[in-house]
Amino acid sequence: MLEIRDLHAAVNGKAILKGLDLTVNPGEVHAIMGPNGSGKSTLANVLAGRDNYEITGGQAILDGHDLAELEPEERAQAGLFLAFQYPVEIPGVSNMEFLKAALEAVRKAQGKEEWDSVTLLRKAREACKQVNLDAQFLKRGVNEGFSGGEKKRNEIMQMLLMEPRLALLDETDSGLDIDALQTVARGVNSLRSPERGIVLVTHYQRLLDYIVPDHVHVLSDGRIIKSGGKELALELEQKGYGWLTGEEESA
Amino acid sequence: MSSQAELDKVIRSEYEAGFTTLVESDTLPPGLSEDVIRFISAKKGEPEWLLEWRLEAYRKWREMPEPEWAHLHYPKVDYDAISYYSAPKSMEDRPKSLDEVDPELLDTYKKLGIPLHEQEMLAGVAVDAVFDSVSIGTTFKEKLAEAGVIFCSISEAVQEHPELVRQYLGSVVPKSDNFFAGLNSAVFTDGSFVYIPKGVRCPMELSTYFRINEANTGQFERTLIVADEGSYVSYLEGCTAPQRDENQLHAAVVELVALPGAEIKYSTVQNWYPGDEDGKGGIYNFVTKRGVAHDHAKISWTQVETGSAITWKYPSVVLRGDHSVGEFYSVALTRHAQQADTGTKMIHLGKNTKSTIVSKGISAGKSSNAYRGLVRMGPRAENARNFTQCDSLLLGDRCGAHTFPYIESKHPSATVEHEATTSKVSDDQLFLCRQRGIDPEKAISMIVNGFCKEVFKELPMEFAVEAGKLLEVSLEGAVG
Ligand SMILES: Nc1ncnc2c1ncn2[C@@H]1O[C@H](COP(=O)(O)OP(=O)(O)OP(=O)(O)O)[C@@H](O)[C@H]1O
Ligand SMILES: [Mg+2]
Repeated sequence: MLEIRDLHAAVNGKAILKGLDLTVNPGEVHAIMGPNGSGKSTLANVLAGRDNYEITGGQAILDGHDLAELEPEERAQAGLFLAFQYPVEIPGVSNMEFLKAALEAVRKAQGKEEWDSVTLLRKAREACKQVNLDAQFLKRGVNEGFSGGEKKRNEIMQMLLMEPRLALLDETDSGLDIDALQTVARGVNSLRSPERGIVLVTHYQRLLDYIVPDHVHVLSDGRIIKSGGKELALELEQKGYGWLTGEEESA
Repeated sequence: MSSQAELDKVIRSEYEAGFTTLVESDTLPPGLSEDVIRFISAKKGEPEWLLEWRLEAYRKWREMPEPEWAHLHYPKVDYDAISYYSAPKSMEDRPKSLDEVDPELLDTYKKLGIPLHEQEMLAGVAVDAVFDSVSIGTTFKEKLAEAGVIFCSISEAVQEHPELVRQYLGSVVPKSDNFFAGLNSAVFTDGSFVYIPKGVRCPMELSTYFRINEANTGQFERTLIVADEGSYVSYLEGCTAPQRDENQLHAAVVELVALPGAEIKYSTVQNWYPGDEDGKGGIYNFVTKRGVAHDHAKISWTQVETGSAITWKYPSVVLRGDHSVGEFYSVALTRHAQQADTGTKMIHLGKNTKSTIVSKGISAGKSSNAYRGLVRMGPRAENARNFTQCDSLLLGDRCGAHTFPYIESKHPSATVEHEATTSKVSDDQLFLCRQRGIDPEKAISMIVNGFCKEVFKELPMEFAVEAGKLLEVSLEGAVG
């Protein structure tokens, strides 16, 4: 369902992705690992359509849609969800208000029935419970004053409600304590389905103990330089990236 | 699409209240002289003392220089090119009730979403509608009368309650207070009058709706609200004007008197025509609004300003009595080439007086938005306290926001706190919304509404919703 072929992309004119190939089939979980600055977040942002992230070559196709031709909101409506590495605050706009607007737009575009406010509130409360967020968070401004871990859980809460076709999670595990990590993993696992693809960007094997991936890829300097099964992550944990990139591991 | 292009689309929306009503009007030829003032006064059948009052104001006004200190730029207004009186012909013989009002006029208000027929009205809101220079009718009069509340046009109050008008008119804003107040005192045509008797809690929201229709006329309304001891009233004004290429002048005066223990809550939703993208046309809004709070009284100004080519307006509170409270909550949105210079003055005279200022400025397009606030702690203002918060939000990078706080403290125990922030609707915020499927237009209006939340929650319920919609409309554009 997601088909990325020879993707080249530039950020503010600077080439970051340099010929990336990746295929995600429904039901699969892919983990993308790789050194800092290798282009992982760039890939997520390019797919989601952030401003100034420009596709300069190749293609990314989601369920037959050429993503380059869609506005960011249209990509979301086509079922693409990005859980941000650094979720931003929107002061004064309540989480609930935000969810309502998002779900209205996306469900309408997907031809799903609209949720009335009672249903919405019930579902939102359930989703909060699933990620261990107090329902009070629905009334607070989007990410406003949330702790780092709360922001990440808030992203997963939104994802549970949006029921995406393709979920991209950019370092959702960073900054989580061990309990929160398990909570988030449970949330993500509950979304695993034969209908859905999941792409996890992570630096740590730890997350992959809880969300076991079907495929693991190593991204380096804008290209996938190695792919394998879940054992690849274990190997990376032990050896670092140096043996793959041909450089000494600095960390 | 770049976010600048996105923002441009969003802010380039149309003015929805820009239509003109075709009614025959009696409009005075342009120009100002003592004769014009005599004409207005005679037309209104005013007593001699009021004519004298006007003439005195006029003579003083002629000697006053026009203020130039505000952060505003505009061609000089030619005061002789303005007509100072315009009334729909059908109002010649004042209709006795709304049933006798020209349907064309009622229709105007209906189109604007202000139905004047009581059966269609928002429950619990009484409306006085002012069309160009005259009030065309006030609703819910009987119900208010039962509570002893007087709510009528100021012309009517001059006839029916001259002693109240004479006692309080000009008591808060003296006739030579400033250039625009002076002009208003000379030529004011209509406006609303409210009196709440001792200990009465006004049973409904009161509201005045101002509409400028005729071309080349100015609107000089005068509003006077007196809340007697221990009473309470919540009052709302709304304003629109047709879309025209010429600039029109609006120079109003609003005076509030909160006697001991009284509370006045005054809310404004101002949506005068702002002019087009290049700054052509639009209302010049030069308004003097001030209230005096006596012992234990409270005056609270809440304003949502989205219109006018130029806004010059500083609703103020004189905290004369001990333990009196003044509040100012403001949202000012400017776009296109609009200029706003607005803020407040809190003059602390009494002991233990307290004031709060929350100002939210939103600038888009090539507009300029300035907050100008004065907090003065007088020599008697023991333990007086002020808290000021000024936040500016910029949409795009061709607009400007400026903050000019002035603080004068003559009492060592007085405390003044000031916080100011400037932020942009960030690309990150916009992207988060869009990534969740929300279109950019809706996203921006949601973010802006969120920014204004602290102020909107001060508005009466029905109007908070209205204000939110108004912002949405003001920010709306066809995003293709
Ligand atoms: N706006 C930008 N302007 C210029 N360069 C950028 C911009 N955004 C990202 N880059 C560069 O692109 C490269 C890839 O960044 P990216 O954020 O995709 O890395 P990452 O793999 O997600 O790293 P990390 O593991 O640290 O999150 C980096 O060298 C980064 O500095
Ligand atoms: Mg990253």
